[in-house]
Order: sequence, then C-alpha cells, then structure tokens
Amino acid sequence: NRAPGPAWLGYSSPGSSLSLSLSNRTSLIDSTCSDLFLLSTRNDDLKEMLESNKDSLKLDAMKRIIALIATGKNASELFPAVVKNVASKNIELKKLVYVYLVRYAEEQQDLALLSISTFQRALKDPNQLIRASALRVLSSIRVPIIVPIMMLAIKEAASDMSPYVRKTSAHAIQKLYSLDPDQKEHLIEVIDKLLKDKSTLVAGSVVMAFEEVCPDRIDLIHKNYRKLCNLLVDVEEWGQVVIITMLTRYARTQFTSPWKEDGLFDENSETAFYESDEKKTKNGDEKKSYMMDPDHRLLLRNTKPLLQSRNTAVVVSVAQLYWHLAPKHEVGVITKSLVRLLRSHREVQYVVLQNIATMSIQRKGMFEPYMKSFYVRSTDATHIKSLKLEILTSLANEANISTILREFQTYVKSQDKQFAAGTIQAIGRCATNISEVTDTCLQGLVLLLSNRDETVVAESVVVIKKLLQTQPTQHSDIIKHMAKLFDNIAVPMARASILWLMGEYCERVPQIAPDVLRKMAKSFTSEEDIVKLQTVNLAAKLYLTNSKQTKLLTQYILNLGKYDQNYDIRDRTRFIRQLIVPNEKSGALGKYARRILLAPKPAPVLESTYKDRDRYQLGTLSHTINTKASGYLELSDWPAVAPDQSVRNVEVIEPVMIHLYFYYPCPLITQMKLCVLESSSEAESDEEKSSSQSSEESDKSSSQSEKSSSESDSEQKKTTKKPPQKKTVKPTAKDRYYNELFNTYGYTVLSQSKCLSRSLFSLCILTPCPLSCAAALLQVSGPAFVPEKRHDLLHRMTGKGLSAQYQFPRQPCLYQPTMVSVQISLTNTTDHPLEQIHIGDRGPTGLDMHCFNTVECLLPEASVTVSLGVDFNDSTQAANFQLCTKEDQFSVSIQPAVGELFLPATMTEQDFRKEQGKLLGMNESSATITMAAENTTRQPISRQVATVANLGVVPSGQDNIHRFAGKTASSGAVVLVTVELRESSAALITINTEKSVMGPMLLRDLKRALTRA
Amino acid sequence: MIHSLFLVNSSGDIFLEKHWKSVVSRSVCDYFFEAQERASEPENVPPVIPTPHHYLISVLRHRIYFVAVIQSEVPPLFVIEFLHRVVDTFQDYFGVCTEAAIKDNVVVVYELLEEMLDNGFPLATESNILKELIKPPTILRTVVNTITGSTNVGEQLPTGQLSVVPWRRTGVKYTNNEAYFDVVEEIDAIIDKSGSTITAEIQGVIDACVKLTGMPDLTLSFMNPRLLDDVSFHPCVRFKRWEAERILSFIPPDGNFRLLSYHVSSQNLVAIPVYVKHNITFREGSSQGRFELTLGPKQTMGKGVEAVLVSSQLPRGVLNTNLNPTQGTYTFDPVTKLLSWDVGKINPQKLPSLKGSMSLQAGASKPDENPTINIQFKIQQSALSGLKVNRLDMYGEKYKPFKGIKYMTKAGKFQALLSN
Repeated sequence: NRAPGPAWLGYSSPGSSLSLSLSNRTSLIDSTCSDLFLLSTRNDDLKEMLESNKDSLKLDAMKRIIALIATGKNASELFPAVVKNVASKNIELKKLVYVYLVRYAEEQQDLALLSISTFQRALKDPNQLIRASALRVLSSIRVPIIVPIMMLAIKEAASDMSPYVRKTSAHAIQKLYSLDPDQKEHLIEVIDKLLKDKSTLVAGSVVMAFEEVCPDRIDLIHKNYRKLCNLLVDVEEWGQVVIITMLTRYARTQFTSPWKEDGLFDENSETAFYESDEKKTKNGDEKKSYMMDPDHRLLLRNTKPLLQSRNTAVVVSVAQLYWHLAPKHEVGVITKSLVRLLRSHREVQYVVLQNIATMSIQRKGMFEPYMKSFYVRSTDATHIKSLKLEILTSLANEANISTILREFQTYVKSQDKQFAAGTIQAIGRCATNISEVTDTCLQGLVLLLSNRDETVVAESVVVIKKLLQTQPTQHSDIIKHMAKLFDNIAVPMARASILWLMGEYCERVPQIAPDVLRKMAKSFTSEEDIVKLQTVNLAAKLYLTNSKQTKLLTQYILNLGKYDQNYDIRDRTRFIRQLIVPNEKSGALGKYARRILLAPKPAPVLESTYKDRDRYQLGTLSHTINTKASGYLELSDWPAVAPDQSVRNVEVIEPVMIHLYFYYPCPLITQMKLCVLESSSEAESDEEKSSSQSSEESDKSSSQSEKSSSESDSEQKKTTKKPPQKKTVKPTAKDRYYNELFNTYGYTVLSQSKCLSRSLFSLCILTPCPLSCAAALLQVSGPAFVPEKRHDLLHRMTGKGLSAQYQFPRQPCLYQPTMVSVQISLTNTTDHPLEQIHIGDRGPTGLDMHCFNTVECLLPEASVTVSLGVDFNDSTQAANFQLCTKEDQFSVSIQPAVGELFLPATMTEQDFRKEQGKLLGMNESSATITMAAENTTRQPISRQVATVANLGVVPSGQDNIHRFAGKTASSGAVVLVTVELRESSAALITINTEKSVMGPMLLRDLKRALTRA
Repeated sequence: MIHSLFLVNSSGDIFLEKHWKSVVSRSVCDYFFEAQERASEPENVPPVIPTPHHYLISVLRHRIYFVAVIQSEVPPLFVIEFLHRVVDTFQDYFGVCTEAAIKDNVVVVYELLEEMLDNGFPLATESNILKELIKPPTILRTVVNTITGSTNVGEQLPTGQLSVVPWRRTGVKYTNNEAYFDVVEEIDAIIDKSGSTITAEIQGVIDACVKLTGMPDLTLSFMNPRLLDDVSFHPCVRFKRWEAERILSFIPPDGNFRLLSYHVSSQNLVAIPVYVKHNITFREGSSQGRFELTLGPKQTMGKGVEAVLVSSQLPRGVLNTNLNPTQGTYTFDPVTKLLSWDVGKINPQKLPSLKGSMSLQAGASKPDENPTINIQFKIQQSALSGLKVNRLDMYGEKYKPFKGIKYMTKAGKFQALLSN
C-alpha cells in the first residue's frame, strides 16, 4: 500500500499531506495512480476553499465534504479547516459544519473544544431555532470534558420560553446520559421538571428521556399521569407511541386486573346492577368487588381514537395497550384496525401479523370474522405467507375447518415449495387440534405422498409420522403404503421418519419391516447420518421382536456402524450392541432392553411457535425476534391490591384556604390566608361526595360507550361539560361552611349583595384580625410597592356594556404558589343586570389558570372585584381566555410585564452575595446607563425599581450600591438586581438570574425606568 | 432509538450512511447481506434481523434497502414507519426516490436526515415543516442561489412546529384557490376457477390537492358515509366530528396529502368488474399444451374498463408459447416464464382473447400446479363501492374556491386462480 507508484515519484508536496492522502487511498480511490494524484490535490483544494473569504466557495467545499462523509469516506483531516467556520453567518454553511462536527468531534476532541464557545454564545440567541440547534450540536459532541457545560445548557434550556428548545433539551438529556451515566441524578431532576411541562411538543421527547434514563422512577409519572392521558391526542405521532408504551407499563403497576370477572358485562353496567340481587347469593360479592379505577378508564378512553391514526406504529401501540390493559370483552375494538394495517407495506404486515399470531392463539374469536384477510396470495413474500398460515391454523375450529382445509389444498399446489411444505405442517396441526378432521387430513396427506415434488412428499411423511403416533392402531395400511414409497423418497428426514415408523410399529407390519431392513443393509454406507441412526434403531427393535429373521442383518448393520466415520453413529452402535446382544459382560441393563427400546412413547404435540411469545409485551422488538432485546422493560403483573390512587391527584390535598379582605385601620387592603385544618370534616365529606359522584358518572358513560358509538359520543360530551357544573355546585356547600366558620369566630359577614357573597374570595369583614399567616406560609416578603396602574381588559364598548380592568396586586397567589394573582374589576355600565359572568374557553395555549367563580348577577352601575390566578410559566406570554356573560363571549388577554412575574424576597446582604456568586457568567446580564437627575438617591431608586418589578429591597452597607431580590413565581428561580452608582450620574445595572430570557427583559425595563426624566 | 441508517442498492453496495449517535461500522451490514443472499427474492429479506450487538430493521422501496441500525428495545413498527416516511419525503423532494436521485442530492438528503431525527428520535417528519427548513431543490432556485448567494436553509423555526396545526404553514397565498379530491378505490380479489369470488375487498383512499389561501376550515360530507367500514385519517381530521356526524372536518395541509383511507369489508357484497374465462391444458406425454384466455366486463356500472394488463407466471416446464391476441400485445419471457399481455381497453362487443399453444420440455411430466393470473385494470369516473361525496364547504375564509372531485377504481391484488 505504501509503495509509491510511478506517479508518486514526481509528486512534491510536504510529507504530512502526502501521508494523509496515502492513508486515504484505499477508501477514496478506485484504481489508477492518476486518480490518486488528483485526489491529493482535491483535499488541498478543499482546504483552500474553506479558507477563502467567499461564503459560496466555503459552502461548495462543505457540500463536497458532506458527500464524502455520506459515502462513508474519511474526511477527518479537514477538521481544523472546517471547525474555523463554525461561527459563520451563512446558516446553510453553519449547519453543514455542525453535521461535520458531530461526525468527527469524538475523534478530534481537542480541536472540537475550540468550537464550544460559539455554541455557548448561540445558546443565548434570540432566535429559538438557533438556540435549539446550538444545544443539539453541543449535546451531540461526544467529548467527556464538556459534560458540565452540557449539564448547564440542558438545565437552562429546560426552562426556555420556547417549547421547541425545551423539546431539544429533552433529547439532550439522553445524549448526556449515554456520555456520562454518573449525571443520572441531576438529569432526573430535569426530567421531573420537563414532565410537568404542558406543551404537547415536549411530552413525547421527555417521556422518551424518562424511558432511557430512569424507567424505574414510576413515581415521577403519578402527578403527570392524567395530564399525559389528556394531552395524548394532540402529541405528535412519534411521541404518542412512546407515551402509550410507557403508560402501559405504568398502568400494570398501578391498577388491579380487570380480567378477574371475565364474562361479566362491565364493572358497573346496569345489568350487573339489576342482577346483583340474584347473584349475590352465589358469587356476587367477589364479582362486585372489582371497580375499575377512573384513571384506568381514562387511559383506555383517551387512547381509543388513536386506533384511527395513519401511523401504523401508533395503531399497534394502542392495540397492545388494549391487549394488556383492557377488560377482555373490550379488546375486540382493536381487531378491525389491525386488519386494516395488513394493507400497508410488506414490513408493516410482517410485524402486525406476528402480533396477530400471538393474539390469535389466546383469543381465536377476535380474528375469526376476518379469516379471509389472512388468505395467502401468490405475490406475498415467504415470511408473510408462513405467518398467515400460522394465523389460519390458530383460527381453525370445528366450524371453519372445512373452509380452511380447502384453502390449504390450493396452497399445497403452490409453486413455492417451501410454502407448500409449511402448509403440510399446518394441516398436521389442524388434524391434531381438531379430532373431527384427523382422518380426513390423514387421507389427504397420504394422497400427497404420490405428489411429484420431493419436498412435499418428504414433509407429508414427517407429518404423517407425527399423526400416526397419536392413534397408531388403525393405520397399518398407511405404514405399508409408506414402505412401498420408501425406494422413491430421497429426502433424508423423510426416509428416517419411515424407518422410525417401521421400527416403532414393526409388530403391525411383520412381513414388511424385515424386508425394509434388508434393503437398508445394502445401502447403509451411502445413507445420510440421520438415516443411518434410524437404521440402527430399526435393526435393534427388529432384533428384539423378530430375532429369527433379522439376527444376521442386525449384526451386519452393527458391524457397518462400528466403523462408520461419524462418531455419533459409532457410539450409538456400541450402545445398541451392548444393550441387545446378550454376552457375559452385559449387566442388568440387557434385561430391560425391550422395555427401553419399545416403551410406549407419548405423541408429539404440534404447537404453534408463537405459543410462548406472549411473555413479551406485544409490539416490541423482543416480541418480534422472540428473544429479550437489550433495554427491554418487563411488563409487570397486575398488583393484587392497587397502590394508593390519590398519588395521581394533581390538586395537592392542601388545607382549604379562605381569602379575606380586612378593613384595617390603614386604608391598605391586606390579603391574608386562613388555614382551616383538616378536622373540618363537613367540607371534606362534601368534596368527597361530589368527586366520587363524578367519577361514577364518567365510568357509567364509558360503559355505555361500548354499546353504541353515537351514544357514547353524546355521553362523552356530557362528561366534558361536567367540570363547570361541578364548580357551580361547590361554592354553595363551601359558602355555607364558611358562614358557619365565621360565626364561630365571631366575625360579622358583610354580605353586600348576594353575588358578592357567592364569590368566595371576596368576603368582606370589618373586624381586624391578628393573624398574618400569609407571610409565614410563603417565605417571601410583602410587596414593597403596589402600583395603582390598571390595565384595560375589556372596554365597555366592545364588551357590550361590561367593562373589565385588571391589575396585579403583587400578592402571592392563594390557589397555587406558582401562579401570579391578578385582580379583575368588573363593572356593569348597561341599564340591565348582567348574569353569569365567568371565564369560558381558555384557548389552545393552555396556560394554567385558576378561574374566579361565576358572578351570578351584576346589577347596573355595580362593580365587583374578583381575583384570578395565572401560571405564566415565567414567560411574558399573554394569557388568553374568554370572558363570558350569559349571552356573550369576549376574547380577552392578560399580558404581564416581566416585573410582575416575581415575588419579592428578603435576604441579608451576605446571602445576596452568595447567591450572586452562583449566578455568574451566562446567567448575568448588565448594562451601564446614565441616570436621570432625580434618581440618584436611595428613595427614588427603590421606588423606580419597585414600580417596574415586584422585588424586595436588600439592606445595603454601601451608599452607592442598591440591591433588590426576588424569585420568579412559577419556577422559584432567584432574581437579583444590583444598581451601582458611579460618578457623574452613570450607573451599572446588573441582573443575575438563571432565567436567561427574563434577565435581559427585566434589564431593558429597568433601563427605561431609571433613565427616564 | 435509531442509531444509524445505511442505504443499500440492489447490487448490495452501501451508497449512503448516516449516524445519529456514535459511528457504527458499516461491517454491521454484513449480517444483512447474509440474509439477502439467503433470500430467494428481494422481498423475502426479513425486515428485522438480530445481530450480536445490534438489530437491523430494513424496508425495501424502489429497489433500495433502507437499513436502520438499532441498539436497544424499540417498537419495530416505529422504525419501519419512520423509514417509510423518509422514503416518502425523498420522493416528495426529488420526484423520484432512486439511487441516482439520492446521490445527486446528497447534501439535501443529509440535511433532511439531520432535521428528521435528533439522537435517533423523530423531530420533524411533517413535509411542510421540512420544506420551510430546507427548500426542495429546483433548477430555478439553484440558479438564483448561485447568483444571489442565498441558501436553501430556512433561518426561522417553521411556524407549524409550534402551532396546534403543525401540518399547515401560515401565510399561504394563491391567486387561484382550488381544492381537488381524488377518490381512488382498489379492489383486491381472489376468484376461483369457476368464477366465484373467494375474497373481495375494497380499499379506498381520498387524496387531496388543496391550494387555498389563508387558514381555510373545510368540511366534506358523503352521501353514504355508512359504507366506510374502517377509516384512518390524516391528523388534521377532527375525530369527534366524524364520530358524531360522519362529516370530515379539517384544516387542510397545504398541497398534496392523503386525507383518508378506508376499507369496505368483504362482509359487504363487492361487485367484481371483470371476468376471466380460460382453458389451459397440458397433455401427459405430449410436448404441446393449449392456452386460451378470454376477458370480459361484468358489473362496471356502464363505465369502460381500461388499461387492462394480464400477467401470469407459467409453470417451469413451459419452454415457449405461441399465442395470438385479438388485441394488444403479449410477451413471454422464457427465462422467468412470465407471460404478460397488455390488453388495453375492453370492448364489450368484441371481447379480447389470447389463444394458442405452449411448447413444453420434451419428456417432462405434466405440471401439477396451474398458474394464477394477475389482472390490472382501471375504471374511470366510478368508485366501485358506490361512495359519493355530497358536498364540500369552506369556512374561515372569504373567497370562493374552485372545487373538483374525481373517482377512480383500480385493481389492487386481483387474482384469478386457474387450478383445477
């Protein structure tokens, strides 16, 4: 390889590039040396192009390099030239460089590190596509040194504003895990966070990460189970497959088996209800004990529509979910969809047929109506044919066997001999399974013995042998017939089978058997091994039963066997000789020779090869290859007792909270929280009642849905409508309860109007209260300043007389700590009362909101203030929803300023510095500004900052440095603001927060506020 | 998930490789080649092949094997479905999916594969999202790009990627607004010697070509929706509406897409549009056989049967044939023993027939099996199941679109058995 050809002698480039091109020679160049010459110049050429100033040249070079990579050729020596272009402005060029980097970074780790800073910068880019692709490449570079950087980037991206970037971060989790499994614990934290994400885009990817990193941490799923079930339909198709597979596993650990009461109609159908009286006497108790968990039902209901998906993988994953989770009588819904998939591509057919084969062994009834779909076509591929045959055999029963056998008859005549042989085996299986047709099948198989094709005959012999064993008494003439055929059959397996039959039933054909042995003695040496073994076998058996005729023949054969080339045959011969020929040395064993050799043998059971496949989860790779694939996750058995169901409740069972407004001596209205202890039994029992009621209802609806599809739809609509109704019921119960509570505490309830008192959280109380648990519960301080500014939510002109304004009270939200509370004041400017003011459809963005309770009636000129909780997810995305009255709906939106998404925090200067130390580098954003003249002292600065953002003031030792601290409402990330005054009214604003998006936005707002005159 | 992808041509060369995780040596394909050698036909290569450290999952399309390398448990259909989606995308981009087309566009192919999978998990498979990220190559664009220096790669995240209707991009504009729907039905049938039907079923699809401005919301209703036994939808179709009202309600993707595929089961009576009369005899001992085949229309609802093509695999013993078609042309390949007869249109007054003799191998015995006959045909302007679209309405946009609907019936796997 290294010997230089004539062309090399004239070549005069530096040694390094010479050796490089030499090492490439084998992979790059076909034959001639002139080509080789061309190539070495080409690589130099590429380098030159990459180093030029023109993007078009660089792009051309990169395209050629990608073409090299695509064909599997080595382009690694261009690494230094390529990596320089990683920061290119041309996006196509950049992408191609990324492709190159990912391919070769592992080999050239040191050089790859040069590009890291570019990605770190790109992670901050305002364009989400660039952020995402930077993260993709950064995490795809398999260089162990950058693990900490990757970790940081993943954490950051997991709380990015863009769901696309968050999706990318979910993918990056798996990459980091495969690079460094030690990061598992940290990664699980990120997974946990992303699992809570409400975007459909993220759901599939994070579940995938979950499956790869921590499939055993089933506890992370509990809280997200219902959300995943409900999102499922809107998730992209690939995510659906992953989520469904995961949920199947989850459900098998969390719910009890629905299979116990097989045969009973439904868990709480009406028939069961009416019949229960009679049945109770017998076994009613145990049957009634099973009640399907509503969450179990939810999963089944929400996956069913996906059977109609165009994606075959989704359909099969739903099918396996039903197979493994649904009550037996409901599994039938998947049949049609699976049969539909048989029209798809050959490869799809293969996998689907395998799954059907496993199912059809356990549940014939499911596929029997579709038997014709499994008829074989001459154009089918061989493995498809044999699978169809397998299924047809499994489906055979007394009623349809004649149709199937007729179909098999045409298959036997097929030109594909391998398939014909398979059909004969299938006939054999049918014959053993269905005793009515055993004789017919046997006759048919005997007819096939006269077939011209050898494979067919041989296979028939083998199958007949097995069939005869099941009922040997009647069939001596078949054995005789086969003995006649013996001379014409050349296939060793068939010959061996006939010999075995002769030996086994030699007493039934006493005339023929010795004659066959005589023939075999003649041809012994030229037979195949398996035939020789059976010949020895036959000889031994005949020697025992008919030694007079066959003694000499046997000895002759044993002598031949003794010197055979195959040690197996020599061994067998020696063993047989010791066993049957009595001599002085042979011990006690000889006496039992007859019992050993001629023992009655059990008939073989002809079984499907798919019999034991059900140990694997259907639809998996392991099921397809029938061995455990690496990474296969076992499907657990149903638990005997269901684990605690309440773990899936998303609303944390927190103490009921009442939100009261007090008239303090000071005009400021303070909000506060009153914790009512769990001992308040009445409220709880009320709640329990209503929730159990609703779950019952939903169960009923699902049971009815099985009866007719149209009915079920209307029923489902009802259940979807349910929640709002439920809400209107609740307050009355609670109201009563609160009134009682207040009476006991001696408060006077001021019910200004009926509607006001109904609105739970607007109860006004005159007496001041010493309790102040709001501050104690949340470790945040009160707001430094509450801006009076109100924003228009709905103008009275567009609202047909209803006007609404909102403001941020800057109070911690009561409903959920992650929410930002918003106060809305509704005013009726019309001359007639407005009824039922409530929040309607919340639009597709789906920010989590806690709605106010319906305002039943708003009199003319009256106004009411209601409060709302919105989880903005730490983004300034607007919350869109519909404000509805009885007659109208108005689309409105609340757009928060970034400063409203914080909660003020108190901390010492020391703590502040410590926190700040942790949030340097990427997490810091700063700007120098010129302060407005009046903003140079402490008071105005604090006021300005507090107006912009809901932050707390941190006491500061220095006069020229002002510090403010807070945390974001949704994720609780720390936000630190420092304003450092410099000489001549310059100031440096520094913001430290891990929220890379919020930091710059806040900075921008502060800059504007502080520079303003 | 998917570790690597190898593209193998019919002569067994790897002509493209792509890795999403660390590089897997192409020697892993040796296991595939082994299986390929064992298989008698290209189709017989098993789709899933286990090897000691990897699993190979392959699909065969356009005489190219797409071999995916898997390292751990994954639903095999997930991979198969994805590979088919890759092929569809290539076809969409390059018009054809051949080795030459892929080699010519290797950079676009690489860019596409890079976007479609991240770490082996599908990222963007929706064609209109991909088209915003990577523009399909056209001659015009290549010229423009060389002059202006602009690129084929989008700089912004496609709008579809984040929206609730990922299949449609925003800002679509057309001067002529049109929506065409093709109802295409394929009939699969096996007919036995006496002409009675063993199985028959109809598979239908509705393919659409929608070029409408803005965000139109369409509803399509049928005269007889109950005919549709089992349906699968494009993700754009609102399932609830279908369940409740049997109406297809959807915001369509831009351009060509398959709206719906359906199945009319064998339980319903399926009308068979053509019949075959035949008489094939081999005489024992003689080296001659007779061959006679006549085709005729049957239950075609007054529409002509066109583009008829008959093919049959004759037994190995047949050396050659000497046949006379009354119309069309016939060929017989003595090596593969494949007889094919391009009939064209069936004239009900003068039925096409093919008669003549076959010469058999001298001394060979009479073949046991009779060949099957595969028939292809087309019937324009009629859907065999009788499915009829009632109306198409558009909401959400102001203009009046041009609407068109076309029906067609084709033979799918239509076989006539000639066995005795």
